Amino acid sequence: MKQFLLLFRGRDTDPQASPEEMQAQMQKWFTWIGGLAEEKKYVTGNPLEDSGKTVSGTRKVVTDGPFAEGKEMLGGYILIKVENYDEAVAIANNCPILDSDTGSVEVREVRVIPDP
Amino acid sequence: MLTDHLFRHESGKMVAVLTRIFGLTNISTAEDIVQDAFAQALKEWSFKIPPNPSAWLMMTAKNKAIDVLRRERLKQNYEQEAAYELSSQYFSIPIIENLFMQNEIRDSQLRMIFACCHPALSEPDQIAFTLKICSGFSIEEIAGALLLNTDTVKKRIQRARKLITDKSIKFDIPAGAELKRRLDIVLHSIYLLFNEGYNSGNKDNLIRKDLCEEAIRLAIMLTENKYIAQPKCYALLSLMCMLAARFDSRLSPEGEIILLAEQDRSIWSKELIDIGLDYLNRSSAGDEITDYHIEAAIAAEHCIAPKFSDTNWKRILVLYDMLKNVNASPVVLLNRAIVIGKIDGAKKALEEIKKIPELEKYLKSNYLFSAVLGEVYFQLNDFQQAQIHFESALKLTKSDAEKKLIEKKIKRLSRY
Repeated sequence: MKQFLLLFRGRDTDPQASPEEMQAQMQKWFTWIGGLAEEKKYVTGNPLEDSGKTVSGTRKVVTDGPFAEGKEMLGGYILIKVENYDEAVAIANNCPILDSDTGSVEVREVRVIPDP
Repeated sequence: MLTDHLFRHESGKMVAVLTRIFGLTNISTAEDIVQDAFAQALKEWSFKIPPNPSAWLMMTAKNKAIDVLRRERLKQNYEQEAAYELSSQYFSIPIIENLFMQNEIRDSQLRMIFACCHPALSEPDQIAFTLKICSGFSIEEIAGALLLNTDTVKKRIQRARKLITDKSIKFDIPAGAELKRRLDIVLHSIYLLFNEGYNSGNKDNLIRKDLCEEAIRLAIMLTENKYIAQPKCYALLSLMCMLAARFDSRLSPEGEIILLAEQDRSIWSKELIDIGLDYLNRSSAGDEITDYHIEAAIAAEHCIAPKFSDTNWKRILVLYDMLKNVNASPVVLLNRAIVIGKIDGAKKALEEIKKIPELEKYLKSNYLFSAVLGEVYFQLNDFQQAQIHFESALKLTKSDAEKKLIEKKIKRLSRY
């Protein structure tokens, strides 16, 4: 078994979406994450706040942000436990963030460093 | 899993409570905060649903409202009642906390129903605005449900918003004689909303049911306040429940209208009929008899007849005679004529229909009159007249289901 980090970017709903539409969208997330949990593939996950700070460079400059464009905004992540990349990508395929053209899922394998 | 329409219902609640804080003139501030709370919920709940979703939404809305108050200090525009206390930062938090208590939430929702159904607004505007504000429908959803284009709905909502601001409509529950007058308007609006769902040509059954359920939900809210819960509220609720009980039996899977005589009574909702009968009992307190009382009693007669042939037409005619005295509308007179036909035959029915004032006008504008007249002539074996009226009915209706029914009747004529 390998672990993969799935990073969600962008927004899956219109800012003007109706309550009914938002509830329907939320239901899709429940189904998606709930399904992974049921198959014992879900390890953990969390949403991220829109605002944040960035510390950069040798001078350790602290700036507000990231003020990324909507579609680049990292909104959350989940960690899953599956056989291989193909399976991880297949799972990412069903992510509700992809209901919007601005949404994307980055799939990254967690590299396990063996004990010496 | 969330309960069906949770967000929609919570939206109406939150907008109402927030409007207590910001005032009717700032209703869009309330709507923005609610939208914001939903966006946050969508983000956070996807990973973990809070144990009490409604309470979470309310608390989030409250915190966002406090943020807005601190940031924007819209002092001069606060709802008057809360203005004094809210003008001081020190007092504002307890006041706001109080508005989010259960009984205050309900009170705010009632104020909102009365504001949306204010007589300064036209009936179509009232319905669109009620759906938007009290029921949490979007412009597109309202347009879809009422079979209007989105521009028309937008205009209605804008007009309502403007009127509410221009006429300085108070955000309160009227009392005394004013309550009686305003409650009649609210009930009428709720019944129109119900009929939009019950009789509309919308092909989507779920959307139509939604509207009926919304109307019933709003009416139930009225009965939760002891001053507003007048017998006529129960009468309207009773009527809507008993009509809703037959909802599924009125259309075939192919979308054809099934007439009362042919409806499968085994799929009528026994539960809704019982609730309807219970409301009918409660509506009999007091001495005011409204259309709703009589129409509910008529609906009850149909609901309790085990078979169509068991229908107590004589009793129904007595009720129609009463209804005629309260409200002699052309449709009431037409329905009464049909009942007379059931008792004394088609010849009598025809005589009654011909007595309807300005019949010619209605024959030209409402398909129902031509359709009924066509059927009466058919029963009298006057196939030529039947044909003329059915064809005229066919031209007058836009509903596919109604068209199919009339076409079937015309086809039947060709056999004679």
